[in-house]
Amino acid sequence: MKTTLSVLVENQPGVLSRIAGLFSRRGFNIDSLAVGTTENPDISRMTIVVEGDEYVVEQVKKQLNKLVDVIKVSKIIPEDSVTRELVLIKVDADSHMRSEIIQIAEIFRASIVDVSQKSLTIELTGDKDKIAAFEELLRPFGIKELVRTGVIAVNRGANTIKIEEEV
Amino acid sequence: MKITGAQALIKSLEIEKVKYVFGYPGGAILPVYDALNYSKIKHILTRSEQAAAHAASGYARVSGNVGVCMATSGPGATNLVTGIATAYMDSIPIIAITGQVSTSVIGKDVFQEVDITGATAPFTKHNYLIKDANDIPRIVKEAFYIASTGRPGPVLIDLPKDVAETKINFKYPENISLRGYKPNIIGHSLQISRAAELINKSRCPVICAGGGINSAGAEEELMQLAEKTCIPVVTTLMGIGAFPANHPLHMGMIGMHGIPAANKTVTEADLVIAAGSRFADRTVGKVEGFAPKAKIIHIDIDPAEIGKNIQAHIPIVGDVKQILGEIVKKVEHKVPSAWNEYASSLKKLKEEENLGSHSDERLNPIEIIRQLSNKTKGKAIITTEVGCHQMWTAQYYEFIKPRTFISSGGLGTMGYGLPAAIGAQMAKKDEMIINICGDGSFQMNLTEMATAVENNLPVKIVLFNNSGLGLVRQLQEFYCDKRYNQVYFSFVPDFIKLAESYNFKAMRIQKQSEISDAIDSLISHEGPFLLECILDINENVYPMVLNGSPINEMIGG
Ligand SMILES: Cc1ncc(C[n+]2csc(CCOP(=O)(O)OP(=O)(O)O)c2C)c(N)n1
Ligand SMILES: [Mg+2]
Repeated sequence: MKTTLSVLVENQPGVLSRIAGLFSRRGFNIDSLAVGTTENPDISRMTIVVEGDEYVVEQVKKQLNKLVDVIKVSKIIPEDSVTRELVLIKVDADSHMRSEIIQIAEIFRASIVDVSQKSLTIELTGDKDKIAAFEELLRPFGIKELVRTGVIAVNRGANTIKIEEEV
Repeated sequence: MKITGAQALIKSLEIEKVKYVFGYPGGAILPVYDALNYSKIKHILTRSEQAAAHAASGYARVSGNVGVCMATSGPGATNLVTGIATAYMDSIPIIAITGQVSTSVIGKDVFQEVDITGATAPFTKHNYLIKDANDIPRIVKEAFYIASTGRPGPVLIDLPKDVAETKINFKYPENISLRGYKPNIIGHSLQISRAAELINKSRCPVICAGGGINSAGAEEELMQLAEKTCIPVVTTLMGIGAFPANHPLHMGMIGMHGIPAANKTVTEADLVIAAGSRFADRTVGKVEGFAPKAKIIHIDIDPAEIGKNIQAHIPIVGDVKQILGEIVKKVEHKVPSAWNEYASSLKKLKEEENLGSHSDERLNPIEIIRQLSNKTKGKAIITTEVGCHQMWTAQYYEFIKPRTFISSGGLGTMGYGLPAAIGAQMAKKDEMIINICGDGSFQMNLTEMATAVENNLPVKIVLFNNSGLGLVRQLQEFYCDKRYNQVYFSFVPDFIKLAESYNFKAMRIQKQSEISDAIDSLISHEGPFLLECILDINENVYPMVLNGSPINEMIGG
């Protein structure tokens, strides 16, 4: 089972290694981890996709919360959230294949970001399923390289994951 | 007036009321030692950095204050590591200060550089690499706060040499603002009410007191709860001392080498009230077999311990002192029941076992502990090393006060006991501190006898010399079909001469009839004393719960 956690952390050196270290030391499996600063430059937000049952996810949350640099840990509910990932795919593409690949890319609203004699590089944004479907369709052409950012997520509606400012 | 970072560090320690620092100097920490010259803080020079960390831990455990140790960069810092990890596993509040190479050369593998914040991240509660001298006061204040609040633990501060030399305007902050650290202190009132109800309804309840009682100072509330409800009390290894061993409701330690009466009581119980215990693997044995008929109330300050090893029916997160205090108010008075009679009958069995099998020619280790216990009235502060001697102490010394059993539980660190005894003696100058140790463990940190003597500390050592690694030998007997490997020492030093060369008074005994007088000599001697007891290495610790067995299935229990 995969669970997406949104983790607000102090934007400080060493935080990422603390979190990565916690996962490896406690034997938790990370599927993906994306990190960047938030609307508040002192705070970074990590989106971590964890593989494991309810017990594991509970432990991950609690152990993360024990880290002094971790400000808040929230579970992302799939139905109530938007999740996205960006992927760059470089495919084999000589002049015969090029138009077919471009057609597929258009269907997925992906964009061609680089073209060469023998390859095309395509950028696609989407959720897990969309990216998987796209990858499947490109596979027969020969995927030379694939890079993904890891999932990021945000709640739908006016709901936010923020720190409660002290009064 | 501007002062250096090192001076700011020392001044901050003074503001935090630090009296002693245990440490060992070196190049990168020179500025700090220079600043110490002008401070009223007393520095205790140990003979290795590991011992400094253990001494800080012993000091913290006995005094209830934060212990402080320091070391230079590189090997000094790595030598602290075992001590820091030991403190972490037992939730002991210590601050470790390490010198570091200058910021301009960090990452260049210069002389005595090691990434100590990286290395210790998994077993510190938090750590800091100070990059700006202006942060020193804030970081020290935070470090003390983090180490001593919530679930206590070690915090490391790494101070690069150039930062220590930078001049700053010193101002100690008044407040702490840590948005990522807000330990939960007050227990949930509804959960407390539910717990009280469950206690009132239960017929065969037992309290399992863990190390949290000792660290939270919750012994009075524990006593009130036990006496008001007539609930028998077992302890974990770390909980020893939390409830007086001479109390009728006291059942003894549970776990892998637990007292049979205690292990059986928990197994038969219909309710276990775990107070300040993390249900460690050595405590619970096979999880499915732990208190199989019981509902579990789990009180702990660390939310991550709830449900980690044992599923709780009523979890209560918070300060065990506050929570037990509330529960006491809500529970009904009870009179002794058939359950109490059953528990008492199990206890009687304990008193009859294990005696008599030794002729005068052989020392019975249990008898030594018993006599030591009687002659000190259970009031000495006992530190131990790790091995058979540790388990016999835990089983048979009748501790009656909290914070008097000082032993490495979670990490099981040999070499802990002697330096911890030094720290303990610094905290309680007038109390008797006895390190009960094995010959293997003693040889890991015996050089600390020098530290004791140098500081006029009258620490006592009771050395159980079986010329080998008794507890590992026992494991090999059970798990390796008696293929003994690397557990016998073929050379054993003359410990008497050795101790005497450190200005300890020393005495050796080999017979049962010598125990009484020898212990009298140890107790009445004013200075440091080593009593060597020659034991047979085949003397095993019983009972013993084999790996994968529930704790009521005991060999020799
Ligand atoms: C630093 C360290 N190394 C190894 C061990 C594994 N170990 C556990 S008990 C033990 C034997 C201890 O021997 P001794 O101190 O003589 O105690 P005895 O069991 O003989 O009483 C060993 C090697 C340990 N606990 N700590
Ligand atoms: Mg030994």
